[in-house]
Amino acid sequence: MSARLAAALALGALGAAAQGPQPPQGGSHFQSADLRALQADDFANPGMLWAARGEALWSQKRGEGPACSSCHGEASKSMRGVAASYPKHSPALGKVLNLEQRINACVTANQKGPALAWESDELLGLTTYVARQSNGMPVEVSIDGPAAGAYERGRTLYFERQGQLNLACNQCHDANWGKTLLAEKISQGHPVDWPAYRMEWQKLGSLQRRLRACYFGVRAALPDFGSPELVALELYLAARARGLSASVPGVRR
Amino acid sequence: MLGRVQVPPKVKRGETFEVRVLIQHPMETGFRRDINGAVIPAHVVDRLVCRIAGREVFSAELGTGVAANPYIAFFARAEQGGPVEVEWSDDRGQKGRAVTTLDVG
Repeated sequence: MSARLAAALALGALGAAAQGPQPPQGGSHFQSADLRALQADDFANPGMLWAARGEALWSQKRGEGPACSSCHGEASKSMRGVAASYPKHSPALGKVLNLEQRINACVTANQKGPALAWESDELLGLTTYVARQSNGMPVEVSIDGPAAGAYERGRTLYFERQGQLNLACNQCHDANWGKTLLAEKISQGHPVDWPAYRMEWQKLGSLQRRLRACYFGVRAALPDFGSPELVALELYLAARARGLSASVPGVRR
Repeated sequence: MLGRVQVPPKVKRGETFEVRVLIQHPMETGFRRDINGAVIPAHVVDRLVCRIAGREVFSAELGTGVAANPYIAFFARAEQGGPVEVEWSDDRGQKGRAVTTLDVG
């Protein structure tokens, strides 16, 4: 057997072991050309309004405690690559947190301010601003050790049929990606580019809002924002998207 | 109200250049109803003005036909540099403003 053939076989084995569709493509791949252009335009991308808001909030105090910038300095340095490793297990809180929850943990514990509401402009702004600092870096989450439980739960949820339509995530996003569903192309379900501006919402929304929209689509009961189910699903999806890089804020139909 | 305005980093005197404006606003038409059937009140930006170095170069009347978070782009010419001010107001009297600087040389 030639060395090249052996290498090809080894790569093939790796490909089979890797989860998710091959080749992996982020959500923007399945959008129209004009939406992709809008996402790439740092001025016209409407999600940049939230990024600008987050940048301003970064150096504002919220409670008795310090502003984000007082401890973390310049986000472009201190937050580089951080979002690519979320959701992540927090030893202090003893559970897996997504980026929004991690920001809110800092707001309540260190800044001593009231928790920011889910989908509020403040939380979306800060999340977008922090997530943007990891643009172009590959997603790399930890799924072993203390995060293993949440990962397993997320994987179970991904393959579990739900709702009145009795559909599991994998039936669209693994088995039928790239095909047309009504007027949309089915994506591979990779959670990169979030928070994203969704035309349907006419505003920026979090990944959890998008996941809840899928729950709504299959007519399943919607899990609450920040519920362990959604965070576990986020973790599984991030592990499935390993190696893809994000461009936050995304623009979606 | 949050908004952004962008002009090229440097333009020549009398040259045509693009001014781009992005405003954060719900642009609620007043025609929609919420899940309980109650009318969602209209809330739209209805007036936008752009001045370059104190001189009005562009103004627009917007309405319910414009999507949320309006993006407006237009072309202008300038003989001298200065502040590019964009001001807008909505039907509730709320005002917004975004400023950048134009470098003519």
